[in-house]
Amino acid sequence: MADISNDFCGIKSPNPFWLASAPPTDKAYNVERAFKAGWGGVVWKTLGEDGPPIVNVNGPRYGAIWGADRRLLGLNNIELITDRDLHLNLREIKEVKAKWPDRAMVVSLMVPCEEQAWKSILPLVEETGADGIELNFGCPHGMSERGMGAAVGQVPEYIEMVTRWCKQTTRMPVIVKLTPNISDIRYPARAAKAGGADAVSLINTVSSIISVNLDDFSPEPSIDGKGSHGGYCGPAVKPIALNMVAEIGRDAETAGLPISGIGGITTWRDAAEFLALGAGNVQVCTAAMTYGFKIVEEMISGLEAWMDTQGHRTLDDVIGRAVPNVTDWQYLNLNYVTKAKIDQDSCIKCGRCHIACEDTSHQAITNMLDGERHFEVIDEECVGCNLCVNVCPVESCITMEQVPAGQVDARTGKKVVKKYGNWTEHPNNPSVVAAE
Amino acid sequence: MVASALEKRLQDGVAAGRLKSSELKDNFTDVHPPLDKHEALVASDRCYFCYDAPCVTACPTSIDIPQFIREISTGNTTGAAETILEQNILGGMCARVCPTETLCEQACVRELAEGKPVQIGLLQRFATDDAMEQNKQFFERKPATGKTIAVVGAGPAGLACAHRLAMHGHEVTVYEARKKPGGLNEFGIAAYKTVDDFAQHEVDYITAIGGIDIKYNQPLGSKLNLQKLRQNHDAVFLGMGLSGVNALGLKGKEPVGVMDAVDFIAQLRQAKNKGKIAVGRRIVVIGGGMTAVDCAVQAKLLGAEEVTICYRRGQDQMNASPYEQELAATHGVVIRDWLQPQKLKTKAGSVSGITLEYTQMNKKKLVGTGEMITLAADQVFRAIGQTFGDENSNTLEDELKLDKGRIATNEEGATSLSDVWAGGDCTNSGDDLTVTAVAQGRDAAEAITKALSV
Repeated sequence: MADISNDFCGIKSPNPFWLASAPPTDKAYNVERAFKAGWGGVVWKTLGEDGPPIVNVNGPRYGAIWGADRRLLGLNNIELITDRDLHLNLREIKEVKAKWPDRAMVVSLMVPCEEQAWKSILPLVEETGADGIELNFGCPHGMSERGMGAAVGQVPEYIEMVTRWCKQTTRMPVIVKLTPNISDIRYPARAAKAGGADAVSLINTVSSIISVNLDDFSPEPSIDGKGSHGGYCGPAVKPIALNMVAEIGRDAETAGLPISGIGGITTWRDAAEFLALGAGNVQVCTAAMTYGFKIVEEMISGLEAWMDTQGHRTLDDVIGRAVPNVTDWQYLNLNYVTKAKIDQDSCIKCGRCHIACEDTSHQAITNMLDGERHFEVIDEECVGCNLCVNVCPVESCITMEQVPAGQVDARTGKKVVKKYGNWTEHPNNPSVVAAE
Repeated sequence: MVASALEKRLQDGVAAGRLKSSELKDNFTDVHPPLDKHEALVASDRCYFCYDAPCVTACPTSIDIPQFIREISTGNTTGAAETILEQNILGGMCARVCPTETLCEQACVRELAEGKPVQIGLLQRFATDDAMEQNKQFFERKPATGKTIAVVGAGPAGLACAHRLAMHGHEVTVYEARKKPGGLNEFGIAAYKTVDDFAQHEVDYITAIGGIDIKYNQPLGSKLNLQKLRQNHDAVFLGMGLSGVNALGLKGKEPVGVMDAVDFIAQLRQAKNKGKIAVGRRIVVIGGGMTAVDCAVQAKLLGAEEVTICYRRGQDQMNASPYEQELAATHGVVIRDWLQPQKLKTKAGSVSGITLEYTQMNKKKLVGTGEMITLAADQVFRAIGQTFGDENSNTLEDELKLDKGRIATNEEGATSLSDVWAGGDCTNSGDDLTVTAVAQGRDAAEAITKALSV
């Protein structure tokens, strides 16, 4: 049986599934329910500095987009950091940690970008017995207007500065949470490392307007006819997050820096993909907010079953395994040739592959054979683009088959070469330096 | 002494009031309750928006089904209704009575994939009901052409033809034999398939386009003949149904209690109080089509204790679809196949039973085996098919070419006379479905318009 216990920059938890800093971790009641359900740890919802509590809007905070059957694909929020009293939160963190010593308890923090503000709050958190802190440099809405959250995360120098203040002040591991609302995620990650961060976590939410009400022309969620951009999360942002995690994972300057992967993780499979791209563990929010805490059971059993099937004994056997396979386009093997193949037995004859290919791609799928409705790939036209696979409603009905070396590619009329060959050495590349 | 509810239910012979009015009300509600908005959205999400969709090919009126379902799913229910009605102005009724399980829903790729097609019929009803409840009219008449056209029969074929003709700017006079419009929609379909007087609402919705004048109690015959119609109009469309009923062909005088299923169905549809319709305690229905099922199920719903459909061939050859057969079975109707009627048993002038002979196929021919069975019956219904009718034949056969006893037409509905078109059950080219009649009426209207514009 696979061992999925997790050690993330010294913070131990029985499994790699943490709840992200968000509404589900705002108070003891929720967090205890989460621990009872089996979550390995939580990042407590972001605490601000001592004083009058944060004020939230009193209208709707969330908006969403849905797929078929109203499956929630993306969620957008304009909620701020905790609006509960700092000392009430600290008391509850201490109580819950004492009651659940085997679970990871990390506390998210966001205070003004001043050394004293950070130095004042850190001892208070340390006193709770929490396992670590996460610096919220990510929230794109509301707090960023006050110079916090993403406003810090968008300036690498600030990230490094605040991280250093924290590392100088506390014994606790410091995780820096990054915003995706930047052009190149490697710069803030490098800054965090330079400041001494023990780890980074990403992504925080993406700046977004989720929809517009077409009756009153107000962005959603609408507060008295007006809307403000919010933070976008859920399954829809997972690809963005995976790429950013991988970018940090394969960057020489940040190599080895632990990453807590966040962004649309809904199933064990999503989690395994993050781990494979270098995340040391994962944080979940939207899936729990959609289905409740019970989903962690499927995540645990699914991850264990997959690891058992593959012969992976511990998470270390999995973490980062896909990183060496992430490369730049210019290094992709141009001699790797594939053709789509439609399994006629599982084809339900919807014709979507045909029309997608016919209207928008390479005219490589028939719609008729001998007067019968029939969909088949025309190898002479197929560039192996995979669009038909993606639009087919039946899983595994269309597959991409490699044309073996030595066989003629019906489209080009040329034999497939066995040798690896990429763009950097391609004759059409003007930058190629001809061999002397 | 007042009869108890049980005594009423189980009284022998043909009797009214077997069930309480509350029971009757429950029994004759909508057989397929309409989808509400949520159900419609869930159902519409299942459509794959197929290329050259098989459901459209399977629809006799070629409604753009993926388009209208997509319109429902995006909240454009009105647009969905327009998509349906531009192909089939009787889309509301077709959504209720079409055997979708053998048409669009059978062709649905999700039937192949999962055995669960998209609920096309119910989605069509969702969209058309919505538009019709708001009386949203989508079609305007083109400038008047000055042409007048006679349409015979205000059933599905005639109404579809009249609407399309009116749209093209012609003046239409519809000659209807009965005192009410709708044809089989009004008289020939089980009450639980079209509740709340829908057929009449639909006629009003269709004729609201204008330019359609329906004249009632005008059967083709000595007073109103084809010659006269041709003299008074630029073109004629014949869309009457079938007026005759096949006989059982049994010897001797027919006893009381033997009845045509079509008359029973019409009687039920027109009855203000279904409790006044007399029905037997033990009933045998002879036949194997939709009419047999509509008759048998409704007899059961009126309180008959035993209803048996007897069909002379195998159950898989019945014209009633498997779905209809299942509907009969779930209502407690027994379907017995390989039985053909031989002799009616009579008691005091009324039917008391029917003797049937077992049948089998012998060298591709249906033959009796000689073995008999007698079923007790105080009422026997004939549902063994309808015919063009002697009156129709006598009136028309001198002037029009007939084929297998019905009017011969080409694909566009043209008959042997250059100014006469025909469509629906009275022609040789239909399959006796409402939706086919609609398609033929519509297409004939296009052909007439084309012919008149030359």
